[in-house]
Amino acid sequence: MDITPNQTLDASGLACPMPIIKTKKAIDALQVGEILKMISTDPGSVSDITAWTGKTGHELLGHEEAEGKHVFYIKKTK
Amino acid sequence: MAEETTKRLAIIASHGTMDAAYPPFILATAGAAMEMEVAIFFTFFGLEILKKGKIDKLKVAPIANPAMPVPIPNIVGMLPGMTAAATAMMNSWMKKAKVAKLSELLEMSKELGVRLIACQMTMDVMGVKREDLIDGLEIGGAATFLEFASRNAITLTF
Repeated sequence: MDITPNQTLDASGLACPMPIIKTKKAIDALQVGEILKMISTDPGSVSDITAWTGKTGHELLGHEEAEGKHVFYIKKTK
Repeated sequence: MAEETTKRLAIIASHGTMDAAYPPFILATAGAAMEMEVAIFFTFFGLEILKKGKIDKLKVAPIANPAMPVPIPNIVGMLPGMTAAATAMMNSWMKKAKVAKLSELLEMSKELGVRLIACQMTMDVMGVKREDLIDGLEIGGAATFLEFASRNAITLTF
């Protein structure tokens, strides 16, 4: 995916609810408009990150999957 | 988002077993991460979760629990040591799945601003003193919880 993240969070190996908690913290530390790349091995993250961005209003720019890892690009919107 | 959504999550934790302690903390921390205001009201046996040094020592009861991944008949589950065995088994599975410890979820709850309310009435009934419980709690009654829950909260009971 042709997106340059400002920060990368590797939440590999962590189970629910830690991936979204770590994501929240990582997004909190960014400036508005910056992009977080989040890596997770929790298959539930696909649904959870979509739900989390939907609820919080941050923008899910893209999601890709390779070798059991899910990569999300999230833009801080507020 | 144009759609108006609920911003509050009000949880009741009324059981003192390990399996019953997880859902309140998982949902509370997830709710806080979703920018919801969250409170957990610990009442009856749920108070056990808040006792100093107890949270990572809560047990799983194999008796009257037909949903154990390895089914344990009640007549076996009642034998001495079976609760400890079931708890050890469950703990090892949780660890293997890399699920956070309850103490970690508790710390995360505090960090994310989850209100932890210990039920005063239950403390009186069970002879639990303030100093028996961990720091960072509020002590309150039904009205404390309901005042929070009454303002447009989702309420969940465990």
